[in-house]
Amino acid sequence: MAQAEARVGARRKSSLAVPGWWRGALVVAGKDLRSELRTKDALNASLAFSVVILLLFSFAFDPTVEETRALAGGLLWLVFAFAGALILNRSFARELANDCLDALVASPVSPAALYLGKVAANWVLLMVVQLASLVVFGVFYNAAWTRRLGALVGVVALGTWALSVVGTLFSALTVNLRLRELMLPLLVYPVLIPALLGAIQLTGPLAMGEAPGAGTEVWLRLLVGFDVIFTALALALSEAALVA
Amino acid sequence: MRTKLVLACCLVAAVLLARNLYVMLLELPDEASQGPIFRIIFFHVPAAWTAFAAFVAAAVASALYLTRRDLRYDAFAVAVTEVGLAFAAANLVSGMIWARIIWGIWWTWDARLTSMLVCWLLYAGYLMLRHAVEEPGQRARIAAVFSIVAVVDVPIVFFSIRWWRTQHPQPVVWGGGSMDPAYWQMLFLNWAPLLLLGVAMAAIRIRQERQQREIEALRRLAHSL
Amino acid sequence: MNALELEDVWKFYGDFPALRRLHLTVPQGACLALLGRNGAGKTTLLRILAGLMRAGRGAVRVLGADPRDRAVRARMGVLGHGIALYDELSAIENLVLFARLYGLDDAFGRARQWLERVGLGASAYSLVREFSRGMRQRLAVARAFLHEPEVVLLDEPFTALDDRAVETLQGLLRDAVTEGRTIVLSTHQLREALEPATHVALLVRGRLAFFGERSRQMLEDPGRLYREFGEAG
Repeated sequence: MAQAEARVGARRKSSLAVPGWWRGALVVAGKDLRSELRTKDALNASLAFSVVILLLFSFAFDPTVEETRALAGGLLWLVFAFAGALILNRSFARELANDCLDALVASPVSPAALYLGKVAANWVLLMVVQLASLVVFGVFYNAAWTRRLGALVGVVALGTWALSVVGTLFSALTVNLRLRELMLPLLVYPVLIPALLGAIQLTGPLAMGEAPGAGTEVWLRLLVGFDVIFTALALALSEAALVA
Repeated sequence: MRTKLVLACCLVAAVLLARNLYVMLLELPDEASQGPIFRIIFFHVPAAWTAFAAFVAAAVASALYLTRRDLRYDAFAVAVTEVGLAFAAANLVSGMIWARIIWGIWWTWDARLTSMLVCWLLYAGYLMLRHAVEEPGQRARIAAVFSIVAVVDVPIVFFSIRWWRTQHPQPVVWGGGSMDPAYWQMLFLNWAPLLLLGVAMAAIRIRQERQQREIEALRRLAHSL
Repeated sequence: MNALELEDVWKFYGDFPALRRLHLTVPQGACLALLGRNGAGKTTLLRILAGLMRAGRGAVRVLGADPRDRAVRARMGVLGHGIALYDELSAIENLVLFARLYGLDDAFGRARQWLERVGLGASAYSLVREFSRGMRQRLAVARAFLHEPEVVLLDEPFTALDDRAVETLQGLLRDAVTEGRTIVLSTHQLREALEPATHVALLVRGRLAFFGERSRQMLEDPGRLYREFGEAG
């Protein structure tokens, strides 16, 4: 037995190691993206859904440039949030089919890294949907959204990070529940209100190609602050969210 | 013992409430611009304070649950959250009644009103989340995480909505916020019975939660035999 | 050093104790057959050992440390009820993923080597979705053994396996025992579990009703343990 132990020990030294924190997160993110891109289930549904909502909004108000200017920010973020819920729901549902989540949690990847990897993957997928929705929005509503593309993408990226951070945490919490699909948006949207508020204020003018008015830095600060606070909080809570 | 404590809480609350009602209805004068309806503030504002105190207590209990994994903390968290939700509802409804008299409308997207509604929805979500989980340990863990996220979110909600509303034409709540010291005093005096009532309600709910746990355990035991 | 140590371990579902007062010490290199009826607490115990669940009370040590310790988890292999493979990824992608999660260098080579070992070399690039039940299970076994774990936890590994997968698994278990790995397998298929076992533990309603070395008698009459220590115990 001692001999056998020595043999296992020798093998261990040659190959076994705890993966780095960031590397673990990266591997998880890569896995999620590869998985999603292979089936495109959530991506397609989310894209189609965003087009449907954009279409429906054209009936909700008179889609002239004037009217659109007043509503652009709120309209876009409602589209992002609703379509995003489909992606976020899939994030942990994907792990459910064969009890994959158990294998991930039992692996030496830390729960925080596992969670962050999923946040990153969701962020990328959500950004794809948001940018595609912007294109559709520009066409449907004659908006010159490309004029301030840099700033607009920056704001959308910050808002989407907030959506991804909160959504992924709650996706992990609700994954084993009956009514999972219904619970997630119900929990995510109220928590997200400050971030949505900031993102809406900033996105409105930018999506119409206009400079954001005076006093909008406070919204940028709010958005960045929300991202920082909730990223830290969610990382701290990830172990409790993932390990029973 | 516990029952006596609850009864004592209720009794003291009733006496205080009777005394406060006497003072506010018969001794304090009507407020100059708002008339008699102004008195609703003595319930409206302390109800909000009680609700926030409850939500903070729930978050502390939730954090304790996550570190100690003792279901008594979870029972405490759910009990005070429900009490907080009741007081938040009282705050909202009394605010709406006041708005109907003063502004002639039931609802306005005033900053505080909106924030309180968001707050109420957050914790209503907490209860719905609990409802969707069967196993007590899992339910406690999931709810605790959510409670902590919610309590961090509440102040951010209040600040952000205030910033948002100050950028828009704002309905006048009370001009400048200068209130007569006698009114201020009554605000705090009336907080005491509400808080005591909250404590009594939470205590009863905690006991119910404990009995529920016992029943569930017995049921499981019966199944395992 | 002992591979597994449990000291006064309890696990509660609500107020109901699913595991009660467990004391258990498993030496390194042992193969423990964890027996018990449905609901006796086998899965709960394995999940606690795997670090998927916390014990309600008591101390759990795997390889001398807390099972939630990352270094310990790197030395553990777990195969639960589910196969824990992604249907939309290919066999090799699945194994490479887990090799990376366990921080192995040459993840690809390792994955390739294990695919050959469980007889799936020809299907390396097929999606798991297209696999038959038996192939999926063999791949799952490869996934659990891929990083050469010192402690292997298997929950009901023999249920729903086809003949070839049983053969593969038994071969791997025999190899693992000779290589000095520690194995815990829960099962109610007595014969398959008792054959490779060096130790036997019997859970009855959350209590450890019997723990000891596996004797020749047990092999000859696998039902005896249940009769002697079962419900009466």
